[in-house]
Amino acid sequence: MIDLHGYGPRLLEGALITIELGILSLILAVLLGLLTASAKMSRSWLLHRLGTLYTTIIRGVPDLVLMMLLFFGGQIGINQITDWLYVQFDIDIFINVNEFVAGVVTIGLIFGAYMGETFRGAFMAVDSGQIEAGRAYGMSHWLVFRRIRFPQMMRHALPGLSNNWMVLLKTTALVSVIGLSDMVRVAAEASKATREPFTFMIIVAAIYLLIASVSEWGFARLQKRYDVGYGEAD
Amino acid sequence: MADTPIPLEVQNIKKRFGDTEVLKGLSLQAHKGDVITLIGASGSGKSTFLRCMNLLEQPNEGELFVHGEQIRFKETRHGREPADWKQVVNMRAKLSMVFQSFNLWAHMTLLENVIEAPVHVLGKSKQEATEHARQLLERVGLAERADYYPAQLSGGQQQRGAIARALAMDPEVMLFDEPTSALDPELVGDVLKVMRDLAEEGRTMIVVTHEMAFARDVSTQVIYLHQGQVEEAGPPDEVLGNPKSERLKQFLAPKH
Repeated sequence: MIDLHGYGPRLLEGALITIELGILSLILAVLLGLLTASAKMSRSWLLHRLGTLYTTIIRGVPDLVLMMLLFFGGQIGINQITDWLYVQFDIDIFINVNEFVAGVVTIGLIFGAYMGETFRGAFMAVDSGQIEAGRAYGMSHWLVFRRIRFPQMMRHALPGLSNNWMVLLKTTALVSVIGLSDMVRVAAEASKATREPFTFMIIVAAIYLLIASVSEWGFARLQKRYDVGYGEAD
Repeated sequence: MADTPIPLEVQNIKKRFGDTEVLKGLSLQAHKGDVITLIGASGSGKSTFLRCMNLLEQPNEGELFVHGEQIRFKETRHGREPADWKQVVNMRAKLSMVFQSFNLWAHMTLLENVIEAPVHVLGKSKQEATEHARQLLERVGLAERADYYPAQLSGGQQQRGAIARALAMDPEVMLFDEPTSALDPELVGDVLKVMRDLAEEGRTMIVVTHEMAFARDVSTQVIYLHQGQVEEAGPPDEVLGNPKSERLKQFLAPKH
């Protein structure tokens, strides 16, 4: 048996943080992605521009830089606001940017931009006749979206979505730089203390691989569900 | 009869795409039991006219009355639009459309396609809608195909399924947009037969078609469109049997 020098429980906690961080960021990214795709496909000039600005900035700046910018920069911004409130209104509040929340927000923001492009392509791949049939039968915009556009879009979006998720999962390792004890950080500490980097890093690699494999299985099942009715995919 | 509102009336519909005016003021009244066929060369505007009737295309000018209720419009930055989308949604639920390319929802079985709008738009119970749907599928000869997906059906079967979907709404008027144009010749007959039966039972129908035999035998009124205008209109015997304009004569002449 491998000797973990007592780091086992902390590694497990770290793995849980990685998973929680990944799933919450994914949810945020999917929501932002849907919004961005809608904005970019919108007739409104302003929404279109905002969507484009968002994806351009996010996709053009390294993830690590964005994360530090949002975490440290965000804290300074908040401090300035609370200082101002104190001076002006004598209201004394202290808000500490929580590392976990900062991590979720940053990763969600980054992947929201990628998801936006994935969803936009997927929405455009839906045959317009399918949408028209919904409208012609008296469905509201929302009903058309819920019953036709979304389920048909998902079929096209899932391959990209699953790819984004894999990259997102690995991006969570970056949160160790803002002090969050995810499994990479725990393993790094353990490696330093015990001088056995290989032991700990191989475990971390195996856990990532395990999560990825389970996800791949899950996405394959989802794909099957959304492929229903499309003969060639069976 | 005099008191019942006309199922569908459109007045002076004009439609422009960019600088091209494709509909130059078209009007039509569909009384209960009318079967109106719109004929004309491609590009004559007949499909666009039909699509203006349920506002899949927004006419730039003109008025629409469904069951006596006038559709309200407003001017916006993007042009003329319905003032109240709720009203449009209600109106569309009364006009079922059958498309050239069927447009059955690909991710639903045939039965699910037929009950979709009755359940989610009309608010029927799933059970009631399903019973009705099975009767309709039986009627169009697809009872055994209820649990098939559209991709597993032939074009003719898909179109008959689409007609069942349209009937499930119990529509005031049925709009047919070239329902047989995308079908292999040997499949056209079954679809036309279903449509003839519907006409015989007194359904109000507006049909864009190239099937002259159908227009001659079934319709109460034939409208021949040319470049967005009515060139000739009237009972089929007159319009098809004794065309006046040179263009219509040419249009009807047998192509070798």
